[in-house]
Amino acid sequence: MRMLSGWGRFPKVECRVIRARNQEDVRQAVLEAPLIARGNGRAYGDAALNPGLTLDMTGMDRMRSFENGVLVAEAGVLLGDIIQAFLPRGWFPMVTPGTKLVSLGGAIAADVHGKNHHIDGSFRSCVDWIDLMGPDGTVTRTKPGEALFDWTLGGMGLTGVILRAQIRLRRVETSWIVQESEALTSLTDTIAAFEGAMDAPYSVAWINCSAGKTHGHSILLKGRHALPHDLPMDRTEFDLGRPGKTPVPFGLPFLFKGTALRTINSLYWRLQRRKAGRAVVDWDSYFYPLDGLANWNKLYGRHGFVQFQCALPRDTAEAGLAEIMEAIAASDQGSVLSVLKRFGSQSGPFSFPMEGYTLAMDFPANKRSLALMERLDTITLAHNGRFYLAKDARMPKAVAQADPRAADFAEMRKQAGLAERFTSVQSRRLGL
Amino acid sequence: MSRPILILGAASDMARAVARSFAAEGHPIQLAARNVSRLDEDASDLRTRFGVEVTVHEFDALATDSHKAFVEALPTLPAVAVCAVGTMGTQAESEADPLAAAQVMRANFEGPASILAHLANAMEARGAGTLVGISSVAGDRGRASNYVYGSAKAGFTAFLSGLRNRLAKKGVHVVTVLPGFVNTAMLEGISTPAPLTAEPEEVGAAIVKAVKRNTNVIYTRPIWRIVMAVIRNIPEPVFKKTSI
Ligand SMILES: Cc1cc2nc3c(=O)[nH]c(=O)nc-3n(C[C@H](O)[C@H](O)[C@H](O)COP(=O)(O)OP(=O)(O)OC[C@H]3O[C@@H](n4cnc5c(N)ncnc54)[C@H](O)[C@@H]3O)c2cc1C
Repeated sequence: MRMLSGWGRFPKVECRVIRARNQEDVRQAVLEAPLIARGNGRAYGDAALNPGLTLDMTGMDRMRSFENGVLVAEAGVLLGDIIQAFLPRGWFPMVTPGTKLVSLGGAIAADVHGKNHHIDGSFRSCVDWIDLMGPDGTVTRTKPGEALFDWTLGGMGLTGVILRAQIRLRRVETSWIVQESEALTSLTDTIAAFEGAMDAPYSVAWINCSAGKTHGHSILLKGRHALPHDLPMDRTEFDLGRPGKTPVPFGLPFLFKGTALRTINSLYWRLQRRKAGRAVVDWDSYFYPLDGLANWNKLYGRHGFVQFQCALPRDTAEAGLAEIMEAIAASDQGSVLSVLKRFGSQSGPFSFPMEGYTLAMDFPANKRSLALMERLDTITLAHNGRFYLAKDARMPKAVAQADPRAADFAEMRKQAGLAERFTSVQSRRLGL
Repeated sequence: MSRPILILGAASDMARAVARSFAAEGHPIQLAARNVSRLDEDASDLRTRFGVEVTVHEFDALATDSHKAFVEALPTLPAVAVCAVGTMGTQAESEADPLAAAQVMRANFEGPASILAHLANAMEARGAGTLVGISSVAGDRGRASNYVYGSAKAGFTAFLSGLRNRLAKKGVHVVTVLPGFVNTAMLEGISTPAPLTAEPEEVGAAIVKAVKRNTNVIYTRPIWRIVMAVIRNIPEPVFKKTSI
C-alpha cells in the first residue's frame, strides 16, 4: 500500500500499486482486480487513483520505432524523453501540455491540449492508432473514426489500459521559439487580442484575477518555432541544454492570499510589461516554465491545492469569464498564474476542448476555496461551459452530470463491460 | 564511432537504465541475458531513442562452462563490461533449504566472477578496458535478514577488489558499484526510506561517470558510504543483539 495523490497533493489516498514492465504484467493486473492505469501522476486530482489497484505504467517506457516523424512507443514514455530523443533530429511533439513530465498514455487518456489548440487541435490530432487492453485482457488496436478511439481520447483511463501508440511529430528547424508578448489592461482587450492572434501558432495569456488595481491585467504571449535565420549569430540551431532544477521552499501558503497575492500578481505583470516585445527563447522555458522548479506543488503547504479549469463557448466566454473573475476577486482567495487560452473547434465526443476560451487557476485546498469553486461551477454551467477532468479533484456528481456527454459515456462503459474493470476515485465520485 | 558496452544480466530494471545511460553517450550496446528474445523490446528502444547499434546475446550466468565461448563469440570485445547479474532470493527459503542458498550464492558470486574473469583475461591481453561489477552494500556486513545474499555479494566485492589490484598495471580498470536501495522490481512491495533509495537512472548515470573518471568504488547515494561505515564499525557483541 502506498499513499498516492495527483499533482495537487489533494486528495491523498492509500492505494495498492503494481508496476507493469510488459504487456503480460498488464494482463495479469487487469484480470486480477478492478483497476485504473496511472502515468506520471501529473493530473491534479484523483483521476489516476484507485485504492484496490493502481497500475503504474512508467515501467513500460520503450520507444519501438521511429521513421520520418512517426513514432511507435509504449504508454509510459514521457513527452520529455521523446523531446530529448528527437528534437536534436528536428522533431517536436505536435501538441504538448504545460509540462513535459506527462506520459504518452496520460496525454492520450486526457486528450491534452496545448497553446496551439486553435490551430492544431488536441493531442488526438497526432495519434494514428492505440493498442488498448480491454476488460478481458485482449488487446485491440483502435484508430481514428472508431467509437472506441473516440471514447479513449479524453476517457481518463476508463476505457482500458493504453499499452502503446503511434504518433506523428512535427518538423522543426530549430529548438528555439520566437515569442512576442503584449501587456493588456482588461479582459475585453485580452479577448480582442486573442481574436486578432488566431493565426499565431501558439498563444496563451496570463491573467490577474485578484482584486485591486491590476485586476484583469494580462500578458499575452504569442509564439512560433524559430527558423535558422531568426537566431542570433551565437546560437546553435538545436540546443537541448538540460538546466538543473531550482528547488522551491516547502509550504508557503500565506503567499496565496490577500495582500501578498495581490502584490505578487501585480509585480509579475509590471515586470512582464517591461519585457514586452519580441524575444527568441529556448523550447524548455517557453513550453515548460514550471518544470524548472522542482516540486513547486509543495509550495501550497501540506494540504495541497486544487485546480479549477473550465471551458466556455465563444459567444458566452467574455461574460462568463468576467463573472468568474469577479467572484474570485470578491472572495479574496485569488490564484497565482491564472492561464487563459483560446480553443479551436471541438474534435472529440468526450474530450474537454470546445470552440471558445479556457481558464485554469490554482487554489489552496481549503474550505473557502472549495466554496468559491462551487460558485464558479454555477457560473460556468450558466454559460454552457464544461470542466476539465484532468484538473478536477472535487466536482460534485451533479455538476459533472450536467454535461450530457457524461451519461452517454457511463452508459457506453456499462454496455461494454468496462465499468466493473476500470474505475478510479474520480469515476466513482462523478458517476462516470 | 565509439566502442561497444556489454551489459550482462540485461533484463533487469537497473541494467536497462545502465544501458540507456551509455547509449545516450552514443555507445553501441551489447545486451546479454537468458531467454534472449526478452531483450528485443529493450534493444529496439535503445536503437530508436539513441540511434545506436544494439546486438543481443544469449547468456546464462550459472552456465559457467559456457562463459569462455560466450566471450569469444562476441562480435567485438567491449570497451566496458557491466555485470548486473544477481538475484536476491528470500532469506527464509535460503535458511530452510541450503540448496536454494547455494543457488543464490552461485548467481551473485560464482557466475558473475566467472564471466568477469574471462573478460578480464581478454581485456588484459588487449591492454585496455573497464569492468564494472554491481555488488551490494549487503556485502559490507552480514545481517540476520539477508546474510546468504550478503555473503555472496561480499565474495563478489572482494573478487572485484582483487581483480582491480591485479589489473591496475595492465591498463584495465575495475569499478565496484554498491547500490543501496534502488527502486526496482527487486524491492517492489518493500518500503524503504526515500533519502536512501535511488532511482535506476541515478545508478546508470553514476556508473557512466565512474567509468569516465576511473573511480574505484561507488555507492549509488553517497550517504550510504556513511551509513555502511557506521554499520561496519558496530562492535560484534553489540551488533549481534541488533536487528538492523
Ligand atoms: C504543470 C502542469 C501543467 C499542465 N498543463 C496542461 C495543459 O496545458 N494542457 C492539458 O491538457 N493538461 C495540462 N496538464 C495536465 C496533464 O497534461 C494531464 O493531467 C495528463 O493526463 C497527465 O499525464 P500523466 O502521464 O501524468 O497521467 P496521470 O496523471 O498519471 O493520469 C492521468 C489520466 O490518464 C490515465 N492514464 C495514464 N496512463 C494511462 C494508460 N497507460 N492507459 C490508460 N489510461 C492512462 C489515468 O488513468 C488518468 O485518468 C498539466 C499538468 C501539470 C502538472
